[in-house]
Amino acid sequence: MKFREAVRAATVEVMRKDARVFVLGIGVPDVKGIFGTTVGLADEFGADRAFDIPLSESAVTGICVGATFRGLRPIFVHQRIDFTMLTMDQIVNHAAKWRAMFHGAHPVPLVIRAIVGRGWGNGPQHTQSHHGTFAHIPGLKVVVPATPHDAKGLLIAAVEDDDPVIYIEHRWLHEEDGEVPDGYYEVPIGKAAVVRAGNDVTVAAVGPYVGEALKAAGALAGEGVSAEVLDLRTLRPLDSETLLASVRRTGRLVVADADWGPCGVSAELLAVTAEHAFGALKAPPVRVTWPDSPVPSSQALEPGFYPGARQIHAAVRYTLSRGASAGLAGSSTKPFEGPF
Amino acid sequence: MGEELGRAVSDPDLESLGLKEEGLRDLFRMMALTRRADLEATALQRQGELAVYPPLAGQEAAQVGSAYALEESDWIFPSYRELGAAVVRGVDLVEYLHFYRATWHGGTYDATAHRFGYVSVPVGSQILHAVGYAMGAKLDGASLCTLAYFGDGATSEGDFHEGCNFAAVFHAPVIFFCQNNQWAISVPVSAQTVAPIWRKADAYGFPGVQVDGNDVLAVYQATREAAARARDEGIPTLIEAVTYRMGPHSTADDASRYRPASELETWKARDPIDRYRERLVRAGVADDGFFAEVEQEAGAFAARLRAGVIASEPRPVEEMFAWVFAELPEHLRRQRQEVLGD
Ligand SMILES: Cc1ncc(C[n+]2csc(CCOP(=O)(O)OP(=O)(O)O)c2C)c(N)n1
Ligand SMILES: [Mg+2]
Repeated sequence: MKFREAVRAATVEVMRKDARVFVLGIGVPDVKGIFGTTVGLADEFGADRAFDIPLSESAVTGICVGATFRGLRPIFVHQRIDFTMLTMDQIVNHAAKWRAMFHGAHPVPLVIRAIVGRGWGNGPQHTQSHHGTFAHIPGLKVVVPATPHDAKGLLIAAVEDDDPVIYIEHRWLHEEDGEVPDGYYEVPIGKAAVVRAGNDVTVAAVGPYVGEALKAAGALAGEGVSAEVLDLRTLRPLDSETLLASVRRTGRLVVADADWGPCGVSAELLAVTAEHAFGALKAPPVRVTWPDSPVPSSQALEPGFYPGARQIHAAVRYTLSRGASAGLAGSSTKPFEGPF
Repeated sequence: MGEELGRAVSDPDLESLGLKEEGLRDLFRMMALTRRADLEATALQRQGELAVYPPLAGQEAAQVGSAYALEESDWIFPSYRELGAAVVRGVDLVEYLHFYRATWHGGTYDATAHRFGYVSVPVGSQILHAVGYAMGAKLDGASLCTLAYFGDGATSEGDFHEGCNFAAVFHAPVIFFCQNNQWAISVPVSAQTVAPIWRKADAYGFPGVQVDGNDVLAVYQATREAAARARDEGIPTLIEAVTYRMGPHSTADDASRYRPASELETWKARDPIDRYRERLVRAGVADDGFFAEVEQEAGAFAARLRAGVIASEPRPVEEMFAWVFAELPEHLRRQRQEVLGD
């Protein structure tokens, strides 16, 4: 099943199970149905549980927060995460804070689905990631699935969760195929996954960079380097246990994040590691992130903007070349030339 | 249209416009150039030369009539669909289309030289910029107004309401120019708002005018009056130009999947260019010779546009780092080095 189909399947599951769940957003009942993720929902569940909205992102977020007061569980979908920036007051000052401000009396079980684009004519305002922006805020949970399996399980978990969850999908993953179990299942929020075991270096990756990290790890294996790849899956609350256990074993860390570096999730991972596993580090950790500039639109600029497996590979090589000897069997020292 | 048009202004008297015959013909010329350039841009996208393009066909009268009614010193703040207003302002369309060719991710034309702001995609955002510029002009004691273009969908955004209210309170010389083209992608205006758009002005305490947006002279007249009110008295105006987007929302959209063919047919019969051509002929202001001349000019205009677009190359990678900050910080210099490998 494709990633986007898994998102839809999860939505169908939660809507069948719980009549309090409804889906709204610009384009929800449109024929294209938000890249296919909301197609047919209005037919099955009726136009009062899957509907379009006036162009009022900020207001609708507040309206969703108000609806949670009545026990409803909205899923507010944004075709482009960039326009969640219009909704920050209601998300940051209200949804994220109500539980704490009112002594736990008012949880806000709101799910914001936000899609990250790539390759369109308006990069700076249409293809940002922003997961780090949200992950900074106490009271919000932030998940970024990387596989169809997790897309379904994490969306179900997000709807089940009584706190506001920002569920971020990368458009680049929508067409990815993968095994997706039938029926209702949750992927726990707050748990990273070890998607490839290894001993020499930990590569912690976010969303689309999990696939890139696996490609790099495959190539590294051929060079005698055993890389462990973590799919972080949840950025807030961060699964520091899984991260630290891995780094304590490997002594080396590369973080691959589809976002800017400064003050971002990658910075947080390095901070957590420095605070709790400093003694285990054999070399300085390395980050593979976007350049600190607006996201471009031009296909000619994209390769310079988006790092991939090649940069992750180079980062691993760099950590291995630094600090205490990794004692690797037969590791190559010549510059890497393929296969990317 | 009929009743729903309310106080719509339509078919003004030629004498009342204060336009010379040359001006009347000029309006036609610009509408014709706009139509041809718009078709060319759509074709260029279909041929893979543009990444995406939002056609404006059907809205030529609304855009040209309003932009033409302004003085040169007045500023225009467009959304993403105002190629027609760009034509009036003499913006180089090859430069304008860089954004849609994705050769660069912003405007590469000189906004200040043309008093024509940059393409703004976050819906409604440019409305506030128009209010801000007008405030600035007012503080400077300059006699000018600003005009913000936006769609029916944008009237649901807080930016629209907050901008209107602010302009009213501070007597900012702004024209809020809504092109109600009946659709916001696949959302019809009936699902966007219940009250007629022009009447929203009542809530802010300034005039609201509904105008037949396919009648270039009516648009011209309404905008001229609004501009005078703004400049001379600091009174904003909301103009709702009732028009129709004959094409898709953008080249990535297929409008036939959500709207009936009969609707398009109805509006095709109100094509603003055909209508104005008849009006000019009726008034004896233009003859076949003139129309043939314009036809030729439009063809050449489109051909230059095509050649210019195809010849335009993406900007070099180093520019990705050039203007993030006023001065290139050290970490960005390092990142640039990594990317360029120098
Ligand atoms: C704040 C924001 N939300 C959503 C979008 C996506 N979007 C782009 S154009 C559009 C429809 C706008 O309709 P309208 O204001 O009527 O202008 P039109 O496209 O008809 O000219 C939408 C929803 C956006 N660009 N910005
Ligand atoms: Mg519209």
